[in-house]
Amino acid sequence: MRHLYTLTLSGLAAAVIGSTAFAQDATNPAVSARQSLMGLYAFNLGQLGAIAKGELEYDANTAAAAAGNLAALAKLDQTALWPEGTSSETTEGTRALPVIWSDMDGFHAKADDLAEAATAMEGAAGTDLASLQGAMKDLGAACGACHKEYRQPDD
Amino acid sequence: MQPVALATRNTASPTIDAMRGVGGTAIILALVVVGAGWYAITPQTIDQDALDGVEPDLARGEMLFYAGGCASCHASPGAEGEEKLVLAGGLRLPSDFGAFVAPNISPDPDAGIGNWSDADFADALLKGTGPQGQHYYPAFPYDSYGRMSVEDAASLRAFLATLPPDPTPSLPHELGFPFSIRLGVGVWKMLFARDGWVVEGDLSEQQQHGRFLVEGPGHCGECHTPRNALGGLQLDAWLSGAPNPSGEGRIPDITPGGLDWSEADIAEYLKSGFTPDYDTAGGEMADVVENISHLSDEDRAAIAAYLKIVPPSAAVTN
Repeated sequence: MRHLYTLTLSGLAAAVIGSTAFAQDATNPAVSARQSLMGLYAFNLGQLGAIAKGELEYDANTAAAAAGNLAALAKLDQTALWPEGTSSETTEGTRALPVIWSDMDGFHAKADDLAEAATAMEGAAGTDLASLQGAMKDLGAACGACHKEYRQPDD
Repeated sequence: MQPVALATRNTASPTIDAMRGVGGTAIILALVVVGAGWYAITPQTIDQDALDGVEPDLARGEMLFYAGGCASCHASPGAEGEEKLVLAGGLRLPSDFGAFVAPNISPDPDAGIGNWSDADFADALLKGTGPQGQHYYPAFPYDSYGRMSVEDAASLRAFLATLPPDPTPSLPHELGFPFSIRLGVGVWKMLFARDGWVVEGDLSEQQQHGRFLVEGPGHCGECHTPRNALGGLQLDAWLSGAPNPSGEGRIPDITPGGLDWSEADIAEYLKSGFTPDYDTAGGEMADVVENISHLSDEDRAAIAAYLKIVPPSAAVTN
């Protein structure tokens, strides 16, 4: 009984702290959603990367599943994830540079490049290890090219 | 792990040890000063016959072009993709001494280096000496490039000659006095010019190849090693990180003391730009990755193998 009481209290404390933090950050749902999307990219890339580096034994099914997820994610319609007024200049907790909104065509082109590289990885990952390793390069280049232009450096 | 030691410059002189008395020391000092002055006004060149019989290797030249990151400074600022092969210059490099402006090194005969001899090119690349016998500023990392051979210089030149010419004239550097006096570079070279390798010891063939790429064309130490007040690299703190010359942030420690990534992590990062967390390389390192991604898996694995045997930063600073 006492144990349950402690648990409830700590749960309540966590909820209070959590909601306080949320109120202070005033996180825009679009900002957290797009950051969650980046997290999903990274998780699936992690599977592919571990295989590419030899940390995880190559298995065509595992590799194809991760690559399939990544390709599906890269093809999501992101229009609503990037509303006006959610750049690093106006919004806490985002590194999205204002240039995204002044160069939306260029930004979309980079997203298309990612979808293309992810689709190529989808084909490569199920083929063999060497193909997967080779496809990592263009995938990384697509991620990096967008970050270079549209994301604030973390220094 | 192989036993590895940082090279130290040999400053002891048996001649000076043998001298006795203040007068003798003063004479020696005066000779050193005069000698230093002479060296300072005498830019070095490669041996006259060093290029005799040298056959350029275009494929190696291309590898050295990407390992050396020539385009990162010499392509027009903001160039992307194929434009990066047009080495028209124009990028400003800020420093404590003023701004250096990268020159045109495209094969244009007037604005670029099209009418240089191979010896001119080798002198510039390996010795930091221009075709008019002038010192180049070490913003051009010839102190690293000097680890390359004369054959490498000829091969790189041959590759550069295949790139598109561009007529954009080079712009002057924006340096304040006294750094605007090129003579001072001669003193800098005398004080700091490297000879041989920083990391010495019993290295495997792979580690030696990595050392060549890192200490030589890759010129990693130019940013990742701290400098003293005169801009000389602190070789005893090799690759242990340094302030960013742009004034923002710090260039990271990439010795085993500061970087705990596996060799596979390092090689993957240099290929795709993915960190072990699957974030991507940022800032100027993104350009470095773009260049190094053109190298082979073997080259990148060699770089990683070398970075693992660099003396860890903690051992250096303790």
